Amino acid sequence: MPMPDWLRLLREKDVPAEDAALWKKCPSCGEMLYRKDLEANLSVCTKCNYHFRMHAYDRINSLVDADFVEIGNEFLPGDPLEWTDKRPYVQKLEADREKSNLSEAIVTGFATLEGFPVALGVMDFNFRGGTMGTVVGERVTHLLEEARRRKLPCIIFTASGGARMEEGMLALMQMAKTTLAVERFMSDGNPFFTVLTDPTTGGVSASFAFESDIIIAEARASIGFAGRRVIEQTIRQKLPDNFQTAEFLLEKGHVDLVVPRIDLRGTLIRLLDYAVDRKRISPVLKAVPEFALQ
Amino acid sequence: MNVIVEREKGPLQELETRIVTLRERGSGASGDVALLEEKYRELLGDLFGNLTPWERVHMARHPKRPLAGDYIAAFDSFDELHGDRHFRDDHALVGGFAKIRGRRVVVLAQRKGRDTKENIHRNFGMVSPEGYRKAKRLMELASRFRLPIVSFVDTSGADPGIASEEHAQSEAIASCLVALAKATVPVVATIIGEGGSGGALAIALADTVIMAENAVYSVASPEGCAAILWGDSARAPEAAERLRLTSADLLGFGIVDRVIKEPLGGAHRNAAGFVEIVLDTIEDELRALEGKTPAALRDARYAKFRRIGTWEHAVQPHVVTAVP
Repeated sequence: MPMPDWLRLLREKDVPAEDAALWKKCPSCGEMLYRKDLEANLSVCTKCNYHFRMHAYDRINSLVDADFVEIGNEFLPGDPLEWTDKRPYVQKLEADREKSNLSEAIVTGFATLEGFPVALGVMDFNFRGGTMGTVVGERVTHLLEEARRRKLPCIIFTASGGARMEEGMLALMQMAKTTLAVERFMSDGNPFFTVLTDPTTGGVSASFAFESDIIIAEARASIGFAGRRVIEQTIRQKLPDNFQTAEFLLEKGHVDLVVPRIDLRGTLIRLLDYAVDRKRISPVLKAVPEFALQ
Repeated sequence: MNVIVEREKGPLQELETRIVTLRERGSGASGDVALLEEKYRELLGDLFGNLTPWERVHMARHPKRPLAGDYIAAFDSFDELHGDRHFRDDHALVGGFAKIRGRRVVVLAQRKGRDTKENIHRNFGMVSPEGYRKAKRLMELASRFRLPIVSFVDTSGADPGIASEEHAQSEAIASCLVALAKATVPVVATIIGEGGSGGALAIALADTVIMAENAVYSVASPEGCAAILWGDSARAPEAAERLRLTSADLLGFGIVDRVIKEPLGGAHRNAAGFVEIVLDTIEDELRALEGKTPAALRDARYAKFRRIGTWEHAVQPHVVTAVP
């Protein structure tokens, strides 16, 4: 749809602070984007195709047919190490809850995609940088166990700065815990897909993100093991711009597909259609939310 | 600069020299030697009897600390197997068949070097994807031959270079974790020095995790953690306190199963003796796992890690909501 003139004129002007709620500036091309347009376009810049990071619930909304049945939200973060740095960990958690409207860095549950019942996990960078602490590990493990029990495919969207420092070694051990759950889930023949979104690094990248049957990278996402800064400090030189991008990983053969956000739902449905025999899905499972309560 | 090495200089070193000199003089000075030795032990206790986490980090990095190579040298036999079958042989992670106390095992060990030359050869013990792929291959071999897997962990972390990223470091580590999750044989891991994050865990998803008293095992290096949290790596000692990376902490969390006490002043004060104690302990743990069926081993391994960070399950059916 062509942009109306009044809108084009508006966008070319500087936007006063009080309009910040209505407008968002694209950090890539500098274009002022009308928030409603941006949301309608799944938080992708309408001018340069820059992918903004997406809220977990917006992401879920962009994928599922209708309802989403959330599970695992009874697992809430504590403060096992009684951690303080600049601020106490409990304060950081509180601030992130406020800021993100989430109880932890992942939302897990059940939904259908074009009628395919799936277990779905979506990480959110807005909560502690998407880091994996004990609750993220527990929710991922719980999701895989519940999916296994129901013989459902599982799809997890990752966005993570790695293991959560404020929970120390208890956080690192979630790499082991989730791996064991993935292995058990996949050994039964259940399909496991991961979608790596911006950014996916460290302990998440080096565990369940790269353990799946099919690894999809969202277009332009930054994905790697070590953080870019760590590598630059180690080698004492600047890295090329495309280093650790989804496109770079595709070229190196690390991921199956790079998919723009707008095509993700369609791609997942096509892949599910190969991985799952539609005729063999039990009618009970097709009915969300009822199947979640079994 | 290593704080432990610095502390070993001065009065302690002087006493050591005097004891050695007196001993060389022969039997006439035995009374004096005993007196000095007594004093020496007292001083050791004063200097090293109560180490802070940061001091333990330096103990784990002590230049004289027994390294994987010293443990391997104490095996009955070791036959190294090389390479990842794809690209190259990584010298930071060595592996192969070994006999320890007469038992046939597959060994995986992160090897730091003793000097600069060896450290460059071994990439300072930082394992690259090729090393993890070799480890994965040997883990699978172990299951096929029904040989227990014995690993020695000593790394500051997985290699963070450009080539490692290009060769999919994340996938390489993840594939090791999966291989250990699948293993149908006993897995015993020992943290002998530095357990640096995911790069260490990659060979330590084990049925039994043993840890040397002054080894450290951490989600991030204290320096890295301080740089991220305060933008100041000089606050590493504080980060070391917070991270709960000592053997006593990890035993308390159930992350480590058994801690091996070190000689006063650190394992390097009696390296050969300490190595033997570690091998005895590994033998002991292998014996405890022997005879378990593959299914029993895998179930116990699942349950062991499943417990770490667990909450009470809600009994109520899950609330059904549309997307908020």
